[in-house]
Amino acid sequence: MLRGTPFHTRTAPLNQTQSWRRWAGCLAAGSYELSPEREYWAVRNSAALFDISPLYKYLITGPDAARLLNRVVTRDVGRCAVGQVLYTPWCDAAGKVLDDGTLARLDEQTYRLTAADPNLRWLSQNAAGLQVTITDISASTAALALQGPFSREILAQIAPPEVRQLKYFRLIQTTVGGVPAAVSRTGYTGDLGYEIWTEAGHAERLWDALLAAGRPYGLAPAGILALDIARVEAGLLLLEVDYQSARHALIEAQKSSPYELGLGWAVALDKGGFVGRAALQAEQARGPAWQFVGLAVEWDNLERLYAAEGLPPQLPAVTQRTSVPVAALGQQVGYATSLVWSPLLKQFIALAHLESARAQPDSLVMLEVTVQHHRRYTPARVVKLPFFDPERKRQ
Amino acid sequence: MPTPYDALIIGGGHNGLVAAAYLARAGKKVLVLERRPVLGGAAVTEELYPGFKYTVFSYVVSLLRPEIIRDLELARHGLTILPLPSTFTPLPNGDYLAAWDDHDATRREIHRHSPHDAEAYDDYGRQMFRMAMAVKPILSMVPPDPTSLSPNDLFGLLKLGGHAAGLTQADFYNLAKLMTMSAADLLDEWFECAPLKGTKSASGIIGTFLGPRSPGTAYVLLHHYMGEIDGAFRAWGFAKGGTGGISQAIASAARALGVEIRTEAPVAQVIVKNGRAAGVALANGDEIYARYVLSSLDPQRTFLKLVDPAQLPGDFVDAIRRFKIRGSSGKVNLALDALPNFTAQPLPASGDSPLHRGAVSISPSVDYIERAYDQAKYGHFARRPYIDCIFPSVIDPAMAPPGKHVMSCFVQYAPYELEGGWNDAQREAFGDAVVDTLAEYAPNLKQIILHRQVLTPVDIEQTTGLTQGNIFQGDLALHQLFFLRPVAQWAQYRTPLANFWQCGSGTHPGGGIMGASGRLAALELLKAWR
Repeated sequence: MLRGTPFHTRTAPLNQTQSWRRWAGCLAAGSYELSPEREYWAVRNSAALFDISPLYKYLITGPDAARLLNRVVTRDVGRCAVGQVLYTPWCDAAGKVLDDGTLARLDEQTYRLTAADPNLRWLSQNAAGLQVTITDISASTAALALQGPFSREILAQIAPPEVRQLKYFRLIQTTVGGVPAAVSRTGYTGDLGYEIWTEAGHAERLWDALLAAGRPYGLAPAGILALDIARVEAGLLLLEVDYQSARHALIEAQKSSPYELGLGWAVALDKGGFVGRAALQAEQARGPAWQFVGLAVEWDNLERLYAAEGLPPQLPAVTQRTSVPVAALGQQVGYATSLVWSPLLKQFIALAHLESARAQPDSLVMLEVTVQHHRRYTPARVVKLPFFDPERKRQ
Repeated sequence: MPTPYDALIIGGGHNGLVAAAYLARAGKKVLVLERRPVLGGAAVTEELYPGFKYTVFSYVVSLLRPEIIRDLELARHGLTILPLPSTFTPLPNGDYLAAWDDHDATRREIHRHSPHDAEAYDDYGRQMFRMAMAVKPILSMVPPDPTSLSPNDLFGLLKLGGHAAGLTQADFYNLAKLMTMSAADLLDEWFECAPLKGTKSASGIIGTFLGPRSPGTAYVLLHHYMGEIDGAFRAWGFAKGGTGGISQAIASAARALGVEIRTEAPVAQVIVKNGRAAGVALANGDEIYARYVLSSLDPQRTFLKLVDPAQLPGDFVDAIRRFKIRGSSGKVNLALDALPNFTAQPLPASGDSPLHRGAVSISPSVDYIERAYDQAKYGHFARRPYIDCIFPSVIDPAMAPPGKHVMSCFVQYAPYELEGGWNDAQREAFGDAVVDTLAEYAPNLKQIILHRQVLTPVDIEQTTGLTQGNIFQGDLALHQLFFLRPVAQWAQYRTPLANFWQCGSGTHPGGGIMGASGRLAALELLKAWR
């Protein structure tokens, strides 16, 4: 049996599909309702509540906590104030990305790192000789993501007023629904939203309070299918879908550097030594071989391809996670890893890896599509990520 | 003298049958001679107690080469490999460690014992996977002679060099370590949890007369990682009908290709005429002639028992005599009235117990196994041995009457050269030690035994012909592998005696139900055919 999260007693009765997906060895709802459509629209139109407890979570404490983290991640942890959160990748010695997650500074000597994969061993190996304690709090910490335009209003109903002032990528220790919790203004949807972290024992009270406060605002519990559409619109990477961890890769070609994943902004080469720095410095100097970009499929030609078969365009209503070739002038120049129809943007969009020379924004490439069992290519425009970036996210 | 056969193969084990099938596939007229009434060598299933089928010697399969399955269409000839999904290690303190067929479930189980090891387990698995990928092509390759300047050998070396060049630096270093380290040292680099290290180290000692702390055992561990089923590395399976089912499928394929097979036809000697092998003389005095003679028996039996030593170079005979082929393991097969009930995870009321579908490994720690080895080193069988058990009747209900079961226990260490020698009393004492050990974890075992077959290394030797009862036809030690298997200069299936070839697992790449030796020998002979 897979493990339920601390919210399982609440999420299980709501799950009308009677099916669960796996997320880090935990049960995770794909969607609660039979169709994920309302859950997706809740993210963009009202508010959605995601159980994100399966994330791996580590507490790093001690006088050398910042030193350890600075050595592991590519962002400059020295510039992370108490109450601040950083999104960051981390790399192996060859500068290839192992994982990515958020790093929150809880107090002077305490940080919480989230990760898609287990990283206790990697952190411990890099902590040799440092005065630091690393605790795996994955199972003992429950976490929810409250995302969407009404998320602030909902939260303010059951939390002290200071939550209204919480800025983008900041965190406060507060109470939510009477439960002690850390609230960070972060998320995986590219929208206004919060993530709420508490002890597993408080999970059910927190869930009940949020659901009750959210009802008047159209809050919907939402599963990972809805999340998967929102995060593509937000141009956010997913490990083992959009890139492979260097730890899992069997061949070099399966590995990616932060520069190749559009995360060059998160590499602080000037902060001093860290794992992978020398390789990243060299790569930055010569320029990365790949770019991670958005593709927006041109409508007219797609429609023509389907019309030739007597069909209207068939579009992926949930994110398609199989790699699809991308070509230019008859040569393959890359591959798309996440493809979906964006109901909000009214566009067929994809996240793609392109050879750097072909990755100029606004240039056209050809995306492979299968039309009535036949392989076709259709033009798609290279778009700088994210596709969707509302002002309310930062305001 | 007319030679009715193109090739004559001594021994109807899986390698002999594979070699025969490949030769017949190339249009040759082939005869296989098997000493016993049953085909398969050490891969046989026999009903020694009415209604209960024992997979008498070998009991699991993983290494059988996929190209053989394809080439000989073994699936069409009845080969069915059923999953063996888990390994369950009961512990003296009443707890257990299990590896299930699901990554998340296994991770959680190891995490229960050591969060560190749960992560190291994944990294270790990936590293071994890469190492197995690096070494695997060698399994399908005739070993080039590094001292030879023949175009074939140079080409082989080039291929090998090109292959090594494809490895990353880190992979190359790791491979060098795997080739030289002990299994225990290797596992100490990765893990802290004693039962995990104990159970993993067992793969490094199976079939060898070495302990987990002996250098070289890390390679044996890798050897066991190279098994693949349906493209998945290190998957182990149980052949429907026992390992005899594999032999039957290969024999059926061979017959369909025109191979003639004679059982109860023990070969007494290889007939040599004009310095060339010309045929064999059977124990009953019959003489059968063929253009080529192949032996699938182990190197010592082949060259020291079947051939007149005067026909072979003295230094070669000497090298074969020094070839390490030590017996270290025994086998206990049980017919049971019910399933053994393990204290660590009692049988549920439904009787449907996941642990019985897989292997149960008595390997609580490296120390435990090393201690068992210590006893064997000085001429005693281990009083508390390493035991690898499976329950064939749970996987394939046809192996026992409904509701009844058979249990296969591979036991190490039992030295061939026991102090005072093996006799009936010693055999029973050995069987008792195995049952006593198991009963410490499954107390009902003694009450449910209907029949017991105990096989000492001497029994294995007498029944199968394997010298000392060594299951690999020779230790898988670095000095006896690849272009050194069985001996330097004679690793390409030829022998110093013209027209006499070797095709058993005493040649590259070695033991396990792999079939690669038989296939490579046949292909090499076909290339040299005149």
